[in-house]
Amino acid sequence: MNYTFQFGVAFDVLPQLLEGAVLTFQMGVVTFAGGSILGLFFAALKTYGNRPLRGLAQAYVVFFTNTPALIQIYFLYFGLPEFGILWDNFVCVMIGLILNSGAYLTEIMRAGFLSVRATEMEAAEALGFNRLQQIRHVIVPHIAKTIYPALANFFIVILVMGTSIGAVVGVDELTGQAINLSTENYRWLEMFTVAAGLYVILTLVASIALALFGRWAFRVKAKVF
Amino acid sequence: MPHLDIIDLNASYGSVGVLKGVNLSVERGEVVSLVGPSGSGKSTLLRVLVGLTPPSGGRIVVDGTTIDYRSKSSLKAARDRMAIVFQQYNLFQNMDVMRNVTIAPVQIKGRQRAEVEADATKILARMGLADKHHSYPDQLSGGQQQRVALARALALKPEILLLDEVTSALDPELVNEVLDAIRALAAEGMTMLIVSHEMAFVKEVSSKVVMMDKGQVVEAGPPREIIDAPKTDRAKEFFGKILRH
Amino acid sequence: MERIIAQLPRFFSPENIYFLLQGMAMTLTLTIVGCVLGFLLAFIIVYVRQTPGWWAVPMRLVAIAYVEIFRRIPFLVVTYLVLFFIAAFVKQASVFVIALVAICIYSTAYTADIIRGGFESVARQQIEAATAMNFSRWQTLTKVIMPQSWPVILPPAIVFMVSFIKDTSLVSQVGVFELTFRGKELNNAGFSGVLVFGTIALLYFVMSYPLTRFGAWLEQRLAASRHHRPQRQLR
Ligand SMILES: Nc1ncnc2c1ncn2[C@@H]1O[C@H](COP(=O)(O)OP(=O)(O)OP(=O)(O)O)[C@@H](O)[C@H]1O
Ligand SMILES: [Mg+2]
Repeated sequence: MNYTFQFGVAFDVLPQLLEGAVLTFQMGVVTFAGGSILGLFFAALKTYGNRPLRGLAQAYVVFFTNTPALIQIYFLYFGLPEFGILWDNFVCVMIGLILNSGAYLTEIMRAGFLSVRATEMEAAEALGFNRLQQIRHVIVPHIAKTIYPALANFFIVILVMGTSIGAVVGVDELTGQAINLSTENYRWLEMFTVAAGLYVILTLVASIALALFGRWAFRVKAKVF
Repeated sequence: MPHLDIIDLNASYGSVGVLKGVNLSVERGEVVSLVGPSGSGKSTLLRVLVGLTPPSGGRIVVDGTTIDYRSKSSLKAARDRMAIVFQQYNLFQNMDVMRNVTIAPVQIKGRQRAEVEADATKILARMGLADKHHSYPDQLSGGQQQRVALARALALKPEILLLDEVTSALDPELVNEVLDAIRALAAEGMTMLIVSHEMAFVKEVSSKVVMMDKGQVVEAGPPREIIDAPKTDRAKEFFGKILRH
Repeated sequence: MERIIAQLPRFFSPENIYFLLQGMAMTLTLTIVGCVLGFLLAFIIVYVRQTPGWWAVPMRLVAIAYVEIFRRIPFLVVTYLVLFFIAAFVKQASVFVIALVAICIYSTAYTADIIRGGFESVARQQIEAATAMNFSRWQTLTKVIMPQSWPVILPPAIVFMVSFIKDTSLVSQVGVFELTFRGKELNNAGFSGVLVFGTIALLYFVMSYPLTRFGAWLEQRLAASRHHRPQRQLR
C-alpha cells in the first residue's frame, strides 16, 4: 500500500488523451453510419427478400453476432495479407467494426420493419397517400420512433465496447493513446484512470445529446440512465 | 374504550391532502361500514391503518395503545393486530392457495406449521375452498380469489379486520358467496371496518355507517338514520344516487 | 491458398487440437465464473440501491454510480485498470485472477440493471400485501419478489453471459491463456492467419451459437409460463 498516485503526469498529457477521445468519437460515428447502411440493407433483405436472400442475410447476422469483433479484426489484419490484400491497421479495424455492428444493426432495423403494422398502411392508403408518400409520412416516422431508443443505445455500445478494440492492433484512439503515453512515463494506473474518466464523460454527453434529440425529433422518452 | 379509535387523522400523497381530519371509532365486536364517493379517501384510510401510507397528523389508537407509525416495533405490533383484505385480492402469484394462507403465520409469526395448516384447512373449508388447496391464484375465479384473500387475513388471527370493497370486482353471482362469509364473521363478533357499496348489505351487517367525502367524515350513525334519513345535503345526494340503482 | 492446404495436417495435430480445447475451456471458465459471481454481486448492488430511508442515501448513490460508471468504460480499459491496480497495490496476482476480477466488475454493472428491471416488474400490490403482513424487506425479496421476477431476469442474464463469451477475447491482452491468446500463439508459430483465426472464429461460434439459441428458447418459454402456470394442475 505504498503506491503514490501522480495524476499530474496524466493531466500533463491531457491534450494527447483528448486527441484520442476525438478519434474514438469519430470512429464511433463512422462505424455507426457504415453499420447502419449495412443493417438497413440486410434488414430489407431479411424482411422482403426471397428465400436465398433471406438465408444470406440470416447467415451474415448469425455469424457476425456469434464471433468476437476482435477475431474478425485479427482475421482481416493477419489473414487477408495472405491473399495479397494489405490494409493498414486502421482500415482493418474500421471494416471489422462496421461489419460487426452491421450485423447487430440488422436486427434492430428489422424490428423496426416488422413493427409497421398492416393496419397503418391501410389507413394511409385510405387517406389517399401514394406509395412514396406512405413511406415518407407513415413508415419512416413510425420506424424511427420505434427503433430510436435501441439505436441510441447501440451507438453508446459502439463507443464503449467497439472502438477500444482498435487499441489492440495499435490504433491511437483513447485506449490506444493511454497505452502509448503510459509506455513513455510508466504511470499506467493514472493514465488509465484518466482515460476511463474521459470515456465516462464522452458517453454521458453522447447519451444526453441523443436523449434530447430523440425527444425533440420523435417525441421518444429515451432514458439517459 | 373503543377497540379502534381514529382521531383527527391526516394523510397526503405528496402535497395533495387526501385525509383531512378523520374521526372515527369502532367498538370491540362492532362492524362499521365506510361509504362515500370514489376518491373520498376510504382506501387511503385503511392503508394508513396498516402502515402502507404514512399519516401526516392525528392519532390512531388500538385498544388503548397509540400507534407510532415511525417506530418499526410499534408498526409491527399494529400489523399483528389488524389484517387487511385488498380490493384487488393481491394474492401472491407465486404461491398456491395453502401457501398464500400459511406463509405469514408460519414464516413471520413463527407458529408451528402443522397447527397452522390444520387451521388453514378449517378456514378454507368454511370459505368453500376445501378442494382448492393446491391451485394457484391465476387458476381461480375472482370470487374464489377474494375468499382466499379473506382466508389469508383470517389465518393471521387478527383482532380487527379491514375489508376494502371486497365485492366490487366480482360478478353479481359471486357477491353473495363473499358476503355470506363476512356475515358469519360478524356473527362471531369480529371487529371489522368495511368499505362497501352494497347498501343492502351495509344496512344488514353494520351497527354504524360512516360516510366520507373529500377526506372528511360527513355523517356517522346507525345505518337506518344515515342511509334512509341523511341530514346533510352531501349525504342526501350520495345516497339518492346510489339507492336509485 | 496452397500454403493453407499444406499447413492443414500440421495445424490439426492432436497437440494443437488439445491446445485449442484448453483455450476454449479457459474462455468458458472465465465467462461462467466471472458472470455468476457478477450476478451475485449485482443482487447486492440492487438490494443496496433499493434500500429505503435517508440514512441509506450515500449507499444508494455509490450503487448507482458504480453501475453508471462501469457501463461507460470499455471492458479493455477495465481490464487494464485491474491489472495496474493490482500491480500497484497487491503486487502479485495471476493473470487469471486479474481477468476474473475485471469480468466480475463488468458483469456486475450490466446484470445489476437486468435484476433491477426484474424486481421492478413485480406488481407494487404484491409487495404491499407482504408489507401489511409484517414481512421484512428481506423476506419480501426472497419469498415474493425473487420467485416472481426470475422469469424476467434469467433470459437476459443468460443472453448477457453468452455475449460475454466473445468479450472475454479481450483479456488475451493481459496474457490469459484463453482461446484468442492461443490463436495468437499459433499465428506467431507461423500458421496461416486465415487458417488460425478462421478456426478460432468457428470455435467461438460453436460455443456461442447454441447458447444463444438456448437463451432465446428460454425467454419464450418463460414468457409463456408467466401468463399460465399449468404444470401443476395437469396430471
Ligand atoms: N398512490 C397515489 N398517489 C397519489 N394520489 C393517490 C394515490 N392513491 C390514491 N390517490 C388519490 O387519493 C384520493 C383518495 O383515494 P382513495 O383510493 O383513498 O379513494 P377511495 O375512496 O378508496 O375511492 P374508490 O371508491 O374509487 O376506491 C384520490 O383523489 C386519489 O386520486
Ligand atoms: Mg378504494
